[in-house]
Amino acid sequence: MGNNVAVIKRIVEAHGADRGRLLDIVRDAQREFGCVSDESVAEIARLLKLSSVDVEGVVTFYHFFSKTPVGKYGIYLNNSATAVMNGRAAVAKAFSEAAGVRFGQVTADGLIGLFDTSCIGMNDQEPAAIINGVVFTKLTPEKAKSIVAGLKSGKSVDSLVEGFGNGANQSELVRSMVNNNIVRKGPVLFGEYTPGAAIKKAVSLKPEDVIEEVKISNLRGRGGAGFPTGMKWEFCRKAAGERHYVICNADEGEPGTFKDRVILTELPRLLFEGMAVAGYAVGAAEGILYLRAEYMYLREYLEDVLADLRKKNVLGKDAGGKSGFSFDIRITMGAGAYVCGEESALIESAEGKRGEPRNRPPFPVEAGYMGKPTTVNNVESYCAAARIVLEGGEWFRKMGTSQSAGTKLVSVSGDCKKPGIYEIEFGTTLQTLLEMVEGRTAKAVQVGGPSGVCVGKKDFGRRIGFEDLATGGSVIVIGPERNLLEIVRNFMEFFVEESCGWCVPCRAGNVLLLNKLEKIMEGHAGMNDIAELESWCLTVKGMSRCGLGQTSPNPIYTTIQNFRELYEAKVKGDAEYVTEFNLAEAVKASCEAAGRIPNVHEEH
Amino acid sequence: MSEIKFTIDGKECAAKAGQTIVEAARDNGVYIPTLCHYEGIKPAGACRVCTVRVGGRNMAACTTPVANGMVIENKTDELEDMRKAIIEMLFVEGNHMCPVCEKSGNCELQALAYRYTMLAPRFPYLWPRRGVDASMPKLYKDGNRCIQCLRCVRGVTAADGRKVFGLVNRGGQVRISHDAELSNALTDEQARRAMDLCPVGALIRKEVGYAVPIGKRKYDSAPIGGDVERA
Repeated sequence: MGNNVAVIKRIVEAHGADRGRLLDIVRDAQREFGCVSDESVAEIARLLKLSSVDVEGVVTFYHFFSKTPVGKYGIYLNNSATAVMNGRAAVAKAFSEAAGVRFGQVTADGLIGLFDTSCIGMNDQEPAAIINGVVFTKLTPEKAKSIVAGLKSGKSVDSLVEGFGNGANQSELVRSMVNNNIVRKGPVLFGEYTPGAAIKKAVSLKPEDVIEEVKISNLRGRGGAGFPTGMKWEFCRKAAGERHYVICNADEGEPGTFKDRVILTELPRLLFEGMAVAGYAVGAAEGILYLRAEYMYLREYLEDVLADLRKKNVLGKDAGGKSGFSFDIRITMGAGAYVCGEESALIESAEGKRGEPRNRPPFPVEAGYMGKPTTVNNVESYCAAARIVLEGGEWFRKMGTSQSAGTKLVSVSGDCKKPGIYEIEFGTTLQTLLEMVEGRTAKAVQVGGPSGVCVGKKDFGRRIGFEDLATGGSVIVIGPERNLLEIVRNFMEFFVEESCGWCVPCRAGNVLLLNKLEKIMEGHAGMNDIAELESWCLTVKGMSRCGLGQTSPNPIYTTIQNFRELYEAKVKGDAEYVTEFNLAEAVKASCEAAGRIPNVHEEH
Repeated sequence: MSEIKFTIDGKECAAKAGQTIVEAARDNGVYIPTLCHYEGIKPAGACRVCTVRVGGRNMAACTTPVANGMVIENKTDELEDMRKAIIEMLFVEGNHMCPVCEKSGNCELQALAYRYTMLAPRFPYLWPRRGVDASMPKLYKDGNRCIQCLRCVRGVTAADGRKVFGLVNRGGQVRISHDAELSNALTDEQARRAMDLCPVGALIRKEVGYAVPIGKRKYDSAPIGGDVERA
């Protein structure tokens, strides 16, 4: 331990003994020791003059931190519904057999740990896994076996990557097998762009006029919630505070969303320039890119882009050539928590704390990062804002619908021939989108990820847009052969895993919803169970503190509305009372666990 | 100080600027049930039992400041049923054995269950495995009874402001942990306060127990909230 104390001291000092950098400190300790033990927790707390519960709270909150060793190589295999559709089970089995341990365990020699992980933003190339920060896509059982064999024989993780993806994924600083799969380009994201043009134009205007232009455009938040961006900037600009902050939410965690990953890979300059425009508009000198841990492989590359933009005077002192306007951006990493996509939870996390949403008021535009006025926007929103400055708000508003102006980048995955990225105009119907992606046989489409809506065939005429089907980008096509209730179960397991646990309805309610769903799926339910399940959904939606709990019952709620027959088919007639479990099956299971041979009379 | 006018379930009320809905309601003789709320410490909005409806939206009355012209719905059938559901969730989420609990009669969760005439919870019990921690010199911590209201987290601090208690893990696994060194240094006064802050029997002082006999405790003769409604 004496040596460990010295290492912890070095790590803490490398981050300036700043408690605001607690996530970075814990991440380095995790990397160094493969875990963050109680001793490390106590030492970090001592050096930062924190309570040990502050540090323990952070270590135990984030998925990629652990108090117990995760192995020299932690294999985190995505368990999103799309991964399951694409053969995850066989890949998981192969990993398990090759490593000789189950998921959630580490090999006796401490070499390999196997873990499930929530959607890693690779839904168009599943099954996918992250091993020590390196992404592996399109896994097969054979590949899984050869990865484990390679690690056992002492090969480095990097050397196991076979071939690189397209575009900037091949660049020296990325060298990743991830593919962009950009299928349809549109004018907002993929129009012609000269780095530096947007910020030059912005600084030639008054900040108020930049905000006015964004207001004219009717740009609404691209993360899915759709708050008017211009209004947010105006609130932030007008809020009193000696410093203002601009934060980019690059924590896309909604299963099935991966469009920000492609923007970060191919359009980082447009994004950072949009942040600079926002900085000028709201009066901020500092910008923060909050990047989800799953995209760690892009970090060095993005740092390099930032350095280049500083050289080109898009960032830094007198940015855009405007004397007196300074703006720079730093990157801060997440550590695996879906809830951090909620803007106030993201701010907490960026401050080095547990990613728990804050109570409102105050809103982040009044008191956000470090208590200062902060505008938090989605990756795509900043890109759109840069484009709006260049082309004008009127240009932008002409596209889309009256309530949803412009285009939307959607990430399509699931049962279609062309999964990938599509820039479509708002107002596009699901039917049109299904034709583009060649998923005409779909029986359902999950729009907006698990927290969105499960739409049935009869409603494929509905349109993508805030007034109808809102989405942060996730579109999952569900083919005719799929067991929809299994997908619903997968989504509910995701919410149970990702609830922060702060408020009762989300913490306990989602577990109860999942249990009830399983009761129905296993054939132990009566008609009244469906009615109860529906009413419990409304309680969780109506009483939860943040957007996570307010939408987490949606997989169940929207399928009861649109696919009620699936639930009714599982119910035993109109029985009012059905036993909760099958006694014979339960005895068999417990005998198996205890290593005994069951002796039960089967029910007839 | 400016006077704020608002209504709760049609009743005309007045409040001081800066008051939360819970505080303003109480001053007007209207009881809004609370559980994680505690006078004098920062509201958490954790239990959601105080949820009211304002302008068609649900919000926690303990964290929302009252505003002029607010029209607040409080005792509607829908809200009352959802509040009861939350109390029931708490009963099934932990292991609450009232007859053997030192806090029985002084327990706010139990008192709310009586107020809402909870017979059996609508939800199946989850029977979690949770431990009892007796490592602190002056308190023991019974995870079975803890409802993660965060009162101890918010209300018990060391002299230098550091937290003695804190939340660890996430989702259904969240638990209250404590800093060993700081909890060792708790005074008798702080230990008493920690137990008083705890709305249930999750934090119990060592060595003293059952000072007030069952039958003569806070909620044995009058329902929770009765004091507000009588005032």
